Amino acid sequence: MPPAFRSPATMRTIHAWLLLLPALAFIAAFTHVPAVNTFLHSFFLDGRGGAPAQFVGLEHYQYLLEDEVFRKALVNNLLFASGTIPLSIGLAMTMAFLVNAGLAGQSVLRLCYFVPTVLPMIAVANIWLFFYTPEYGLLEQIRGALGFTGVNWLGSESTALPCVIAVAVWKDAGFFMIFYLAALQQIPPSLAEAAMLEGASRLYYYRRVVIPLLMPTTLFVLVNATINAFRMVDHLFVLTQGGPNNASSLLLYYIYEVSFKYWDTGYGAALTMVLLGFLALASIGQFGFLDRKVHYR
Amino acid sequence: MTGFRKACTLAAAALLSLTLLAGTALAEKVNLTFYFPVSVGGPITKIVEGMTEQFMKEHPDIQVTPVYAGIYRETLTKALTALRGGEPPHVAVLLSTDMYTLIDEDAVVAYDDILKPEEMGFTKAYFPGFMRNSQTGGKTWGIPFQRSTIVMYWNKEAFKAAGLDPEKGPANWNELVEMGKKLTMRDASGKVTQWGVAIPTTGYAYWMFQALAIQNGVELMNAEGTRTYFDAPKAIEALQFLVDLAYRHEVSPKGTIDWATTPRDFFERKTAIMWTTTGNLTNVRTNAPFPFGVGMLPASARPGSPTGGGNFYIFKKATPAERKAAVTFVQWMTSAERAAQWGIDTGYVAVRPDAWETPAMKDYVAKFPVAAVARDQLAHAVPELSTHDNQRVTKALDDAIQAAVTGSKKPADALKDAQKEAERILRRYGK
Amino acid sequence: MSQTNIYDSRGLARVLDTAAAWTLAVLWALPLLYAVWTAFHPSEFSTRFTLAAPLTLDNFRAAWDAAPFARYLVNTVLLVTLVLSGQLVLCTLAAYAFAKYDFPGKGILFALVLMQLMIMPDVLVVENYRTMSAIGVLDSTLAIGLPYMASAFGIFLLRQTFKSIPKELDEAAAVEGASTLQILWKVYVPLGKPVYLAYALVSVSYHWNNFLWPLIVTNTTNSRPLTVGLQVFSSTEQGVDWSIITAATLMTSGPLLIGFLLFQRQFVQSFMRAGIK
Repeated sequence: MPPAFRSPATMRTIHAWLLLLPALAFIAAFTHVPAVNTFLHSFFLDGRGGAPAQFVGLEHYQYLLEDEVFRKALVNNLLFASGTIPLSIGLAMTMAFLVNAGLAGQSVLRLCYFVPTVLPMIAVANIWLFFYTPEYGLLEQIRGALGFTGVNWLGSESTALPCVIAVAVWKDAGFFMIFYLAALQQIPPSLAEAAMLEGASRLYYYRRVVIPLLMPTTLFVLVNATINAFRMVDHLFVLTQGGPNNASSLLLYYIYEVSFKYWDTGYGAALTMVLLGFLALASIGQFGFLDRKVHYR
Repeated sequence: MTGFRKACTLAAAALLSLTLLAGTALAEKVNLTFYFPVSVGGPITKIVEGMTEQFMKEHPDIQVTPVYAGIYRETLTKALTALRGGEPPHVAVLLSTDMYTLIDEDAVVAYDDILKPEEMGFTKAYFPGFMRNSQTGGKTWGIPFQRSTIVMYWNKEAFKAAGLDPEKGPANWNELVEMGKKLTMRDASGKVTQWGVAIPTTGYAYWMFQALAIQNGVELMNAEGTRTYFDAPKAIEALQFLVDLAYRHEVSPKGTIDWATTPRDFFERKTAIMWTTTGNLTNVRTNAPFPFGVGMLPASARPGSPTGGGNFYIFKKATPAERKAAVTFVQWMTSAERAAQWGIDTGYVAVRPDAWETPAMKDYVAKFPVAAVARDQLAHAVPELSTHDNQRVTKALDDAIQAAVTGSKKPADALKDAQKEAERILRRYGK
Repeated sequence: MSQTNIYDSRGLARVLDTAAAWTLAVLWALPLLYAVWTAFHPSEFSTRFTLAAPLTLDNFRAAWDAAPFARYLVNTVLLVTLVLSGQLVLCTLAAYAFAKYDFPGKGILFALVLMQLMIMPDVLVVENYRTMSAIGVLDSTLAIGLPYMASAFGIFLLRQTFKSIPKELDEAAAVEGASTLQILWKVYVPLGKPVYLAYALVSVSYHWNNFLWPLIVTNTTNSRPLTVGLQVFSSTEQGVDWSIITAATLMTSGPLLIGFLLFQRQFVQSFMRAGIK
């Protein structure tokens, strides 16, 4: 080995690269390369029956502009995100406060909140299907007993998406609660004592002391909630298949349909690029958060 | 060290014997992978596995591995995904309507390209109504297996309670509305406790709508699968009728009606009449807690229903020996006795006239006469909507139907949009 | 473990808190409660709830007979084990490099890794499918697991943990002649145990429940995990049968549910110590 390579700095760099290599190779092979390929692929039209793909330039992107189903899925996805993110985070925080307050039976409470994380969405969606079924579904049985008239929850364009959002919130909130709970338990009791000495009210204590201290957790959970908002489509397969008339279709579900039902993978690639665009926007926000986190460490 | 060497020797020996075994097996046996959809509840896999086992007993040189892959659409997705991955099944039961898609994908091989012309006579044994969307361009691409039509089920108790003759279902659209009105029950507050009729509009919306269109005297596509007629005035009228059932006559729930829960709605007495596949016959027979009637769909200009269900396709990637073996398997599975037994077990229409002459089937029909309804309806049946790029075209129509029944578009506008979309999709095929 | 806090509610407020907590708990557990009810009663009671309903195990029997759930369960356990062990090894090595080494391009590499937090494999199903097809592993547990083997989330978590471990510890170990990997194994991994546990639980529950990618990449029962098996099983053309579906759901989620029941205390504590925030 020539002496230049034996300098400690070079050796350390080689060591570092060797340690990183396996993980980097995997991430490159299954994230970076496919992302670039998706981009390239979005300019091609698939050949049917083994014929070679044909370069079509921006045609897929032009069609995006007139594709009504895409527009619906996009708007739905934004609504879905703006529904699930704040609701699941708010509920997760509430649950963590409640579970941390030394109430009777708190381990049972914790278990209940955590149930959705354990049940596969695809299985539990069938149960939600029963809850939402008109006439004799659970929701309608309860509403019927209270004297309300019937609603076709999954069968109306105005209610299908909210129903799907509710299932997603149910699924996520308990999972996020665990993160909040862990953070809450790290807040030293002395802070509360100090606040009490200052004469702070309970509301003031939570608003001005606890919630700000939970900020790093909130940001972490926010990132996860954002990812989930664009990733979670399992329940659509059972509940609505994106219907009625695409009223509950989401981007990733539409990508699945276009790519694996219509076999139009070129257009599917263009749709994926849109989804990646949204995720990139979200990750820019995330890098900002990571920077800040590094600062006050 | 000795331990390691011993292990190596053992492994080598095991490998060698495995290769030998595999070699001999290859020389003698043809292996077939067979994808089938789970289209009826209950121990379907057991029935299919039982049938393939029986087949293998009679044909020791052929090994069949049945793989169940979900509902029809999922099975198609799986088969095509596997095709792209280079390992398609050898034989699969897929919707008859997927024929053009499978041909366009160069996925399947015509039976005519496997058999000699004089061997093709066996296709005449099946009901011509089922063969109509199994053949195109003068070749046979699919052999009927679990085929169906849409039939009407009604709750006889509900009919009695409404003062109707429980033995007679509505014969035409007017009767459907009139009876529906009598069958729709409301409580003191005006809340509906039982609807007159349920025609599902998710899952297979296009299929249900096609029945109405046929009855109204219009076909939705040409025989080549390159043109659709969604916005024909008669088709718009048919969709208007479907919408009117809920909004004008108020005999059916508003919004979409879920395919998966419709049979349950019927068992729960939430609807007195339902339209669904004849494949549900055994399910209804087992689970309905009341006596029920089964009849042909009501007529408007004419009676009618689209056919439905799955055909046997043979995949192109199979070797000549595998193709031959696959044909043997298909012919065995659809022989008169098997077709009869399959029909009895599931409720599907036994696919050939001679199946209905077998003692088992005669016995079954004698005990359970409604089993023959779907067969008799075949006289009025029309091939199910099937075009090139079929899933995309039917999705356009499904969306239009759902837009109409949820009230977000007028039937005429919805169907015009669907027609425009279908023309866009089919432009590369319609020459 | 729950320290009392002087700001914990008292009196009427406490009653309200308790009521709110239990209302949420019932709402959140409702699907599970429904599953238990329906799975243990005959089909006609899946939509009505009376105390007179007879108990039965038939639904479990029917579900067990209708699909190879044992096989699915084995597939899922294999999958989860494979993914988790891959993740733990790859993420540990990478996190150690990011935490303890300085080298040119480190910042850019870390940013590239973090991109995976957002562009997760689920979004790239089409291209990843092509890759699996090209390397000929379609329809195998390996194919389901490969895209998830290296996880940016894991690397990020472990890097933070490793950073907080004082340098003196590995210097002491180095003086004793330990190699890099030995230091990593003897010093860092044991100290990171709570983080490993927390991460493992997140990863297991993620992959136990993952659906879309396995749906696409598996074709047969040889590799089909529980989620896909359940979906294939429950989507009969003939209409939904809740009794059998709930029985299947309980059978298949049982292991994870019991696992959480037994380990929930450790789980929360390790989250706490992991300082995931």
